[in-house]
Amino acid sequence: MTTGLIFSKVCSRAGLHVFDHIEYPSLIRGGHNTYQVRAEVEEVFSHAKHVDLLVALNKETIDKYKEELAPGGGIIYDGDKIPLSKENLWREDAKLYHVPLLRLSEESGGRRIMVNSVALGASVALINFDFEILSGVLRDVYRGKADETIEFNVRAARLGYDYVKDKGMEQDFGRKLSKVGEKKKILLTGNEAVGLGAIKAGCKFYAAYPMTPSSSILHFIAAQERNFSIVVKHPEDEIAAINMAIGAGFAGVRAMTATSGGGFSLMSEALGLAAMTETPVVIVVCQRPGPSTGLATRTEQGDLRLVLNASQGDFPRFVIAPGDVEECFYKTIEAFNLAERYQCPVIIILDKYLSESHKTAEKFDVSGVKIDRGLLLNDKEIEKIQKFKRYQFTETGISPRSIPSQRRGIFTATGNEHDETGYVSEEINIRIRMMDKRFRKFEQAEREIPEPKLFGSKDAEVTIIAWGSTKGPIKEAMKILNHDGIKANFLQIIYVSPFPKNTVSKIIETSKRTVIVENNKTAQLASLIREKTGKEIEHKILKYDGRQFFPTEIYHGIKEVL
Amino acid sequence: MVELSELKTVGQPNWCPGCGNFPILHSLKQAIVELDLKPHNVVIFSGIGCSSKMPHWVNTYGFHGIHGRSLPIATGARLANNNLTVIAVGGDGDGYGIGIGHFIHAMRRNLDITYIVTNNQVYGLTTGQTSPTSDKGYATKSTPTGVIEMPINPIALAIASGATYISRGFSKEMRHLTKLIADGVRHKGFALVDVLQPCVTFNRKNTYEWFSERVYKLEEIDHDVTNKQTALMKSLEWNDHIPIGLFYKETRLTYEDELPQIAKTPLVKQRIEDIDIRTLMDEFV
Repeated sequence: MTTGLIFSKVCSRAGLHVFDHIEYPSLIRGGHNTYQVRAEVEEVFSHAKHVDLLVALNKETIDKYKEELAPGGGIIYDGDKIPLSKENLWREDAKLYHVPLLRLSEESGGRRIMVNSVALGASVALINFDFEILSGVLRDVYRGKADETIEFNVRAARLGYDYVKDKGMEQDFGRKLSKVGEKKKILLTGNEAVGLGAIKAGCKFYAAYPMTPSSSILHFIAAQERNFSIVVKHPEDEIAAINMAIGAGFAGVRAMTATSGGGFSLMSEALGLAAMTETPVVIVVCQRPGPSTGLATRTEQGDLRLVLNASQGDFPRFVIAPGDVEECFYKTIEAFNLAERYQCPVIIILDKYLSESHKTAEKFDVSGVKIDRGLLLNDKEIEKIQKFKRYQFTETGISPRSIPSQRRGIFTATGNEHDETGYVSEEINIRIRMMDKRFRKFEQAEREIPEPKLFGSKDAEVTIIAWGSTKGPIKEAMKILNHDGIKANFLQIIYVSPFPKNTVSKIIETSKRTVIVENNKTAQLASLIREKTGKEIEHKILKYDGRQFFPTEIYHGIKEVL
Repeated sequence: MVELSELKTVGQPNWCPGCGNFPILHSLKQAIVELDLKPHNVVIFSGIGCSSKMPHWVNTYGFHGIHGRSLPIATGARLANNNLTVIAVGGDGDGYGIGIGHFIHAMRRNLDITYIVTNNQVYGLTTGQTSPTSDKGYATKSTPTGVIEMPINPIALAIASGATYISRGFSKEMRHLTKLIADGVRHKGFALVDVLQPCVTFNRKNTYEWFSERVYKLEEIDHDVTNKQTALMKSLEWNDHIPIGLFYKETRLTYEDELPQIAKTPLVKQRIEDIDIRTLMDEFV
């Protein structure tokens, strides 16, 4: 994993745009792991089907990916271990580069594991990159390890680099990358962007139980807890995690939890508690394929209906689906503001592909970030109120909020229906008015949320509609369609709840053709659109094999409907 | 000085007449008065059940949550604001049944929380089913031929789980119970006050009379509260003789003590505007 990231960082530091993508089975060690790095001068938004340079540490990799090798693509392999020759070559155009990875690794004085660093050196040499960028990244990534470890890795990389250069292999390889700029981009995953956003938003309490693919948010924030004065708790289960976050939110700090579908199922009851007690809480759901344990380390968008409908009873909740690392960052900050402004749960939904893939981005601009705590009153504001009522009926449905320690703000929060003071009540009138109050908040929210994004020209021949992580592959597919002279546009739904029904309805009405692209079996967004607008999306491109769409799959899918 | 009358709420408890919860509610309020706590700095957390309604009848901050989850909610609040006095209250079903996982983990964490369990050995609000502490053989609506399992022993469990103040009270012994609660709140760390609380409607066996004939106070015998082994021996007594009082007490750092993030200022008082993430962002270059 680290090896791939190092290569990504090398490309990113050379000013290139990078997208990388990891596939691995649910094992601690071993199994077949791949790390694909895509680097280009132009911005890249997703992984790709074709591979220009395959670094194969075993025979299985070659067997699995030989079909995906691009015309003229190269393979770096250890010929001492993997017998490959012109005789058993299955494709004339493939370029084979035998680099004795193991031997060079041993020569470096390090351990066998340094074959990775040898391969990195060889790869960097083959694409004609400066070794200095690689050694710089190696030193940064292994910072904190023993000096010896760092030096062994740098030396191993150098041996790989020199081997390729000495043999003149790079002259034979057609793919070259070169340094394009000095501008420092950042390279991060969706989960890291969520973590960074949470820290910036002032999240002070984070409780989460490990579950792939959400765990890296926990790791990221936990590593920063003392730098940013955050309390991070890994509790006994997801039920405890969300209830702790609710307790912290009730006590007045910004609190978050994250999980995947299984953990979120356990959190369902508490989700309703946050809604009923009007306690702000942010919940990140990083999807993976279900049902049950499903494909624990793969990707899917199968939980949209789950997050929209989880927990008993009717109550409003925000559901926000960022589509890339920038949106992960900014929408997380917004999630905290919405949770406090509307005093309700806010769900951010990602999936493994977005959670764990790295993408380059410009450094996030935080100059416009505002912290909005809504109607959280200070002591003076509460003193001014004749009789403070935590759940006071108001025009907007949003009530003034106090937190424990405020002398005049005393109340009891309850999961039972309650009157304006918070006292349990089953009075018919109160029930109706409280229900209406909670939903009235959302009427305002519906007017306030940003319009969904429409990419591409208005007069397109086809309108693609999607949510979440498919944004990247769709944008890549649009590049190919555009190349073919096909005009496509793309409606990205970021706010799934409240649903921007008027805009979506209008866009569908004026579209020549509509196609939904979803990484699930049942087109969950399409059914939501029908529910909210009465409109049926004509065409569906669906994938549910636990892997993200390749841009070419979307491209071919679109071609079929034209 | 806080007066008992200030802790009264508009609403009145709706428990059955004679319910063992009345004296517990009174003892809790009395303890707050004796400790001279400011009502706005106290939060009472609860789950679901007859006794979990208690926060509504004490004029402090309260959180009447969901079944079995009072301790995680209390934990979040306590970590968010470690200046608050945090008390959790609930029944045996809430704490020793559905919430037992949280109970054990809260004890090993040794958060500064006082947990009062009103233990009536039966489910009251759901009209009389067996509870995790029902005596073996006791017949209820859900176990018409008698409970097969052995009951949970909360005191022994607490000793094994690392709670640092472990006590048992009895509803009929209000002065004694008040002191146990007050000392529990005073204690720095996780304090358990398990209370023998007769359910006058659904528990026909473990009645006021039944307990009165059996309970004796640990304070009145030679019991060393710092000795874990003898505490464990005492916790195993049931049926003929039932000890009440303080079983065990130790001084250990609390969970909060080990968090430098909140050593000076509670999280809730820390400024969240203008958090500078530039250096952190640079790590992604």
